[in-house]
Amino acid sequence: MSTAIELRGVEKSFGITSVIRNVNLAVAQGERHALIGPNGAGKSTLFNLISGYMLPTTGSILLRDKVISGLPPYQINRRGLSRSFQVTNVFANMSVWENLRCAVLWAAGYRYAFWKNIDNLPEVRDRTAQILGDIHLIARRDVPAGLLTYAEQRALEIGITIAGGADVILLDEPTAGMSHAETERAVALIRRLTEGRTLLIVEHDMSVVFGLADRISVLVYGQIIASGTPEEIRGNPKVREAYLGEEAA
Amino acid sequence: MNTQLLVQLLINGLVVGTLYGVVAMSFVLIYKASQVVNFAQGELLLIGAWVCWWLLTKYQVPFYLGMPITLVFMFVFGIAIQVVILRPMIGEPIISVIMVTIALSTVFSAMMKWMFGVNLQPFPRVFNTQNVNVLGLQVQTVYLMSLAVSLAMIVGMAWFFRLSKYGLAMRATAFNQQVAQSLGISVKSVFAMAWAISATVSAVAGVVVAVVNGVSAGLSAYGVKVFPAAILGGLDSVGGAVLGGIIIGLLENVAHFVDSEYLHWGNLYEIAPFYALIIILMIKPYGLFGTKDIERV
Repeated sequence: MSTAIELRGVEKSFGITSVIRNVNLAVAQGERHALIGPNGAGKSTLFNLISGYMLPTTGSILLRDKVISGLPPYQINRRGLSRSFQVTNVFANMSVWENLRCAVLWAAGYRYAFWKNIDNLPEVRDRTAQILGDIHLIARRDVPAGLLTYAEQRALEIGITIAGGADVILLDEPTAGMSHAETERAVALIRRLTEGRTLLIVEHDMSVVFGLADRISVLVYGQIIASGTPEEIRGNPKVREAYLGEEAA
Repeated sequence: MNTQLLVQLLINGLVVGTLYGVVAMSFVLIYKASQVVNFAQGELLLIGAWVCWWLLTKYQVPFYLGMPITLVFMFVFGIAIQVVILRPMIGEPIISVIMVTIALSTVFSAMMKWMFGVNLQPFPRVFNTQNVNVLGLQVQTVYLMSLAVSLAMIVGMAWFFRLSKYGLAMRATAFNQQVAQSLGISVKSVFAMAWAISATVSAVAGVVVAVVNGVSAGLSAYGVKVFPAAILGGLDSVGGAVLGGIIIGLLENVAHFVDSEYLHWGNLYEIAPFYALIIILMIKPYGLFGTKDIERV
């Protein structure tokens, strides 16, 4: 199976503090890969490195065998990698429809259509409508995103993350702050929307991680201490000690 | 009471106010996209007016050609300002960028004086008929043109923000640059586009003023009037900027009327908008339509 994302000897330090230390990671095409680790382990930093918001100090990052480290975030997005953020990030002043359309538009190949009326682009409209249905927000189409409930905002966020049609999706704690029922719905949504795509997800909720991921990597103090299937991770003594310890005990 | 003077001044206020609104709108455009307060907005009007004047007088280009050429020039000029001067400032504190726009304003206005002199130059006549009869009132053709052009720009801008790709990208960028980038939007090109459009729209306003009053360095004073208009409407509201402009234009002229009829204090009415500005900001600190969290830390 070919690799979707590959990190080769990636390090990141801020001054003398090294946050990411020699991380090697390969996520196969179509795999759902979860990144877990205690707070401050560097999970979000790793996401920022992969999506171009930070430059690795050394090492390289590859998307489908092409080096992407050093490219600006919007170009990495246009190459087919899309991410969400830990803190809910939707355009609160724009309607749900406009949020989605904004995400669809830039990937839809209308890059140079400066003065076209975007209402008249059927592909954009259809794709936007389809995602609106997928995330169950049809009834909220014209509501400003800022007025949605928290769970709806997170669903919209997942919607705009996948809307561009990227086949590598990075989700940063998509269920954080949700109730149990909301989490279950969100997981079902993520599972359905990322069908056939590569998913790298940071998550604290272990039921989400073990229910969703094909493989799991454990990041502790900027290093990957274990990588494997959920069963392997569960049984790994190092992981139990460093991370699961408190819950498993 | 001199009703005829009042009506004349109200029309005047509406026409000038709509023009202020257009300039305020192009000022808000840059602010919205990049949080930069552009102190060189008035100079963009001035440059546009001079370029058009120069084409029309030195090269005898007809107006219907000279105007589009001017606009294309200003579009490119706006991109050039952003790319050459402001792009290296990305990542620097916003206040530094604002200082750069103050410098730009000084440099541009000195440059215009050096190139075109300091005297008022009359604009070549654009319309054959000087006055048109509207509902029994004699209105100058240039006033009508000014109003029509302003309204067209306002409608165009509304369309742009709602239904064009760059407009949508600009709103997204204004709200959250980080997320915009993660959706494939190039923040740099959005900024460049904001400057390009702002410069072009300002140039239209500049030429309109020039057609009415002629061209001189004093034209850049419109850039100062933009502050009460934009702040009144709320710095980040395009519609508010337009309304703010109209209010300022009307206020100026009503103050003029009150002064010439009753007070006879002299030119003090010129700064009436600023009194109004102070009072309104005491009551509504974010302007009439501004978003409350304009400054996020």
